[in-house]
Amino acid sequence: MELAADSTGQLVIDLAYLVTGVCFIMGLRYMNTPKTARLGNAVSIAGMVIALVATGFNLNWSAGWWVALIGLGAGAAVGIYAARAVKMTAMPQMVAIFNGAGGGAAAMVASAEFLKLNPDVSSVPIDLGVTSVLTAVIGAISFTGSIIAFLKLQELMTGRPIVYPGQQVVNALLALVAVAGIVLVALNIDTVPAFFSALVAAAILGTLFVLPIGGADMPVIISLLNSFTGLAAALTGFALGNNVLIISGALVGASGTLLTLMMGKAMNRSVTNVLFGAFGAVKKTDAAAGPTSSTGGTVRESSVDDVATMLAYARQVIVVPGYGMAVAQAQHSVRELADQLEKKGVEVKYAIHPVAGRMPGHMNVLLAEANVPYPALYDMDDINPEFPRTDVALIIGANDVTNPDARNSPSSPIYGMPILDVDKAQQVVVLKRSMKPGFAGIDNPLYELQNTSMLFGDAKASIDKLVGAVKTL
Amino acid sequence: MNLFHLLTELTVFVLAVFVGLEVISKVPATLHTPLMSATNAIHGIVLVGALLVAVVGEPKLGPVLSVLVVFLASLNVFGGYVVTQRMLAMFKPRQTPAQATAGAAANGARK
Repeated sequence: MELAADSTGQLVIDLAYLVTGVCFIMGLRYMNTPKTARLGNAVSIAGMVIALVATGFNLNWSAGWWVALIGLGAGAAVGIYAARAVKMTAMPQMVAIFNGAGGGAAAMVASAEFLKLNPDVSSVPIDLGVTSVLTAVIGAISFTGSIIAFLKLQELMTGRPIVYPGQQVVNALLALVAVAGIVLVALNIDTVPAFFSALVAAAILGTLFVLPIGGADMPVIISLLNSFTGLAAALTGFALGNNVLIISGALVGASGTLLTLMMGKAMNRSVTNVLFGAFGAVKKTDAAAGPTSSTGGTVRESSVDDVATMLAYARQVIVVPGYGMAVAQAQHSVRELADQLEKKGVEVKYAIHPVAGRMPGHMNVLLAEANVPYPALYDMDDINPEFPRTDVALIIGANDVTNPDARNSPSSPIYGMPILDVDKAQQVVVLKRSMKPGFAGIDNPLYELQNTSMLFGDAKASIDKLVGAVKTL
Repeated sequence: MNLFHLLTELTVFVLAVFVGLEVISKVPATLHTPLMSATNAIHGIVLVGALLVAVVGEPKLGPVLSVLVVFLASLNVFGGYVVTQRMLAMFKPRQTPAQATAGAAANGARK
């Protein structure tokens, strides 16, 4: 092929990549309102198709057609099937697994690029060497970290933090090995063993750093792993000299980082504290079941009929959902209850804490699935002033995000965390399985307040009973 | 490639980060899960890289790993976009009661 024709072709391909970058940016921009968000996703898909078609011109189809066929076919089949079959409550683990797939792919692409440099016989250029080893390290952390997050969320392993003595030392040593590998590649000393030691150390580190993370910290970790994969994709772009990967990876990295910081802020904790603080390791108070709390105060247990009456004659009810609603798959019943109440002229609103659930926005998606219109969903800062004007705050499977100690008790481990001011409502009804403390193992004095009543049992069963009782009123 | 080239790429990267921060900060909290899933699909662009290293005469990763890298990246792209689309389809503005029942029925029929 003539050189001129070849470079014209490459010019067109690069131009196509630029269009892809613009599509991704516009796609994300359209996500600024729920109305245009679907258009945004379509624009983003268009960008992806353009990039893939353009890439097709650079491939050696006669040699590798079967690799593309099997890989793409199987990936598409499994991906589309899983994406359609997954329950909305299982969305966090689905996102985790796709995230891990991207991270793993980035690490492998980087390894292939590195081997292309013929590192056994020739010296490795510093820029390509360092970008590939960095990609491999971050991609590997993201890959194994996402798999552990998936296993925890899917409850294939315990969601509680796994801690052991010397944990931080082991992690620090692994990080040191990874850094040493990167430095050796940069200095062109034993590059092949250095590259793969760094890769393996990073893979182990990814596993170990997610192990001590408890369920309630998952929103932070999922966001962080998302930003890691973004960064890995961008670094792959450096290693391949491909701008579309750099731009896309940078967008994802920025998004993941921003969400990570937001989630940390909503828990009043730094990301370092989440990663190394082992919050769940806070000495666990006695998780005794039964209608007395461990602080010795008493709680008032209420009946379905009492609660139904209270709700039906309220002017305004605010529903506060938490992870417990997802576990009980109660979102459809919640919507039904709201429908019945609205028929009786009660105004129903939903208060969403930023870290309710296992990933950012988890509750919003569940309620959207149950056909709750999104204008009824309120962020914490918008709804908090409403609680004093609210007759009943109905708390469904949320705990720590409603704990008034976060506001009042400087000795509490969650002191300073912004919470939903449910205790300011006239009446508080808490739907809860038992008196077990929440994830953090912290007592919630909300349950002992004069105006709080508890309704024990499975959230879905309780709400279904409430629906029935409200109907008869 | 040389260090000047690297600097150009770094420039693109840094500017894209700023664009990303600007655009993402406008996304409302109610869409954070679809946003995460959409950005998830976007980093599936690594599929471009996967194809470039796997669909060649003599792939450095060997046949099995070459298929695996394309598989992982394509899982990321297809799964990510489909799940995002599915989630976004559920977000509805306030409806009239008639529409709401129709929506609920459609939802029920899908199961």
